[in-house]
Amino acid sequence: MSYFRAENLSLHFGGLRAVDSVSFAVEKGEILSIIGPNGAGKSSIFNLISRIYSPTSGKIFFEDQDITAEPAFGIAKLGIARTFQNIELFENATVLSNLLVGRHVHSTTQLWQELLFLPSVRANEKAHRRRVEQVIEFLDLEPYRDKLISGLPYGVRKVIELARALCSEPKLILLDEPSSGLNVEETDDMSFWIRDMKNELGITVLMVEHDMTLVNRVSDRVIALNYGRVLAMGSPSEVQHHPDVVAAYLGA
Amino acid sequence: MRFLFKTDYDDDIRLLPHSGYVYSYGLLLAVLLIAPHVLSSYLMSQLVFVCIYATVGVGLLILTGFTGQASLGHAAFLAIGAYTAAYLQQFDVPFPVYFLAAGLLTGVVGALVGFPALRLQGIYLVIATISFAFIVEEILARWESVTHGNEGMRVKTMQLLGTSVSRDSPTFYYLCLAVLVLTIIGTLNLLRSPTGRAFVAIRDSETAARSMGINVSLYKVKSFAISAAITGFAGVLFAHKLSFISPEMFTLQLSIEFIIVILIGGTFSLHGAVLGAIFLVMIDPFLTYLKDDMPGVIAGVAAAFGAGKERAGHIQDAVAAFASANGLKGAIYGIIIVVFVLFEPLGLYGRWLKIKLFFQLFPLYKRATFKRQKIYVKSERNR
Repeated sequence: MSYFRAENLSLHFGGLRAVDSVSFAVEKGEILSIIGPNGAGKSSIFNLISRIYSPTSGKIFFEDQDITAEPAFGIAKLGIARTFQNIELFENATVLSNLLVGRHVHSTTQLWQELLFLPSVRANEKAHRRRVEQVIEFLDLEPYRDKLISGLPYGVRKVIELARALCSEPKLILLDEPSSGLNVEETDDMSFWIRDMKNELGITVLMVEHDMTLVNRVSDRVIALNYGRVLAMGSPSEVQHHPDVVAAYLGA
Repeated sequence: MRFLFKTDYDDDIRLLPHSGYVYSYGLLLAVLLIAPHVLSSYLMSQLVFVCIYATVGVGLLILTGFTGQASLGHAAFLAIGAYTAAYLQQFDVPFPVYFLAAGLLTGVVGALVGFPALRLQGIYLVIATISFAFIVEEILARWESVTHGNEGMRVKTMQLLGTSVSRDSPTFYYLCLAVLVLTIIGTLNLLRSPTGRAFVAIRDSETAARSMGINVSLYKVKSFAISAAITGFAGVLFAHKLSFISPEMFTLQLSIEFIIVILIGGTFSLHGAVLGAIFLVMIDPFLTYLKDDMPGVIAGVAAAFGAGKERAGHIQDAVAAFASANGLKGAIYGIIIVVFVLFEPLGLYGRWLKIKLFFQLFPLYKRATFKRQKIYVKSERNR
């Protein structure tokens, strides 16, 4: 059985088939990239997995558990974290509190304990903070701890979003265009981090990406989509030379 | 400028980050504690109202400022707290019991209001909370067996630990102050815990909050309940202070006053609730001044500039008529809100921070420091 599996996943908006019976599997510890032209349904698949949308039909399995009917907030508890294409950070909060929100799934304190800020709450807070500090070190975010998100440049925000996802200690991470809006140097950093996530933290990565250099550099396998359907699946070079993929990008 | 070198995670958790805070808040507390021995009874009465309004302000800040859910129905929560106290008093229930019962009941009502509010955003939520407030007002007027309808209810003098506490006594002031301080400390504790961060997360991006594992509906209901409960506690004190309550005291205008408290004070910090409450309580003396002294002053100025006696008298009458016109208070509220939203969206506390920074950085202060830019499009469609 595969680690993560989507079976005949479909998402229809009226007559538009954004995702049209897509099936794929992710093996534990691999980096799988989804590529495709604009509007191919890549982000829709991510939104289906993180349950922002409900599929018209089809099923999603994670660790042999059917998660198709799981509520959106339950997905993170299962160990699936994500980033967003357009950055969804908590703008008027500091970097630290953004990252601490990432620890939310691991918080065990009750409301009344928090109102009194009992020693157990303090101990929990420190434990969370320790984990956050590890992520900060992993992604070199030390200069930004107390900064408000609203004052930070785009490239840094992108990294903070990744950091927030990592703070929840996910088993599977969904990266929606991790390199969009980044310059060449920042994209290089991103590719190292993605590989480190796999090799050092043992996280399985599923990502949507347009930058083919990044895709080639980090992916174990690639899926090409167009019009909500799978065109090709395989190693990066196989997929890039697949006639259907070439036709989709360049026109037949 | 002071630089804090943090050596421990506790440095980020602490409520008073350094000794400066300890001294200034200690001084403030000392001043507030000796106030009854120094200030006149009129000013003490105003100070009690500041405490009550600030408590409501803190409650409203949790919901509107930190969770991002607007409410124009907090007068109704205040009313529920006040009426619970007045009702239970009839059965000789002791103060601590009906105080807690009022908070609890209001909290439950707040949670119930929170459920339908889950599906509503922005202006629609405001409309829903206004209608809730009207419903409560109607119920208070019609449910005569419990609320005595439009006749209103008399609130007996508070009995605390076997002694009666008059509404003008220092003890009553200390009680209000204690409620305010405890509310603020509890709220600050909440804000540095997972729940408070979840509130802020929901305010800034519901989609991201959800994908981080936050049960958005649950936390919205929690926020409504906590906010309402705090307002309910304040309602008990409000009832005691006024010693008589009737439905027409808990109108839309009162809800707007609460919005003014947090809007004028600043919606991003608890300081805002206190500063806003002080500001709001000062509006009434200002109106009295406008009514009593202003016409004479203006007429005097006119006379000094050479206007004849008759003409000065006309001016005095005109100003007096203007100052005692119906609805002047509402108009002033409206103007205040518009002016603050346009020129000082961060409120009085924001202004205070700017002034402080100006002197800390002098002469290097930049105006742009406080300019917030919202550059990136957020995926509203995914809400």
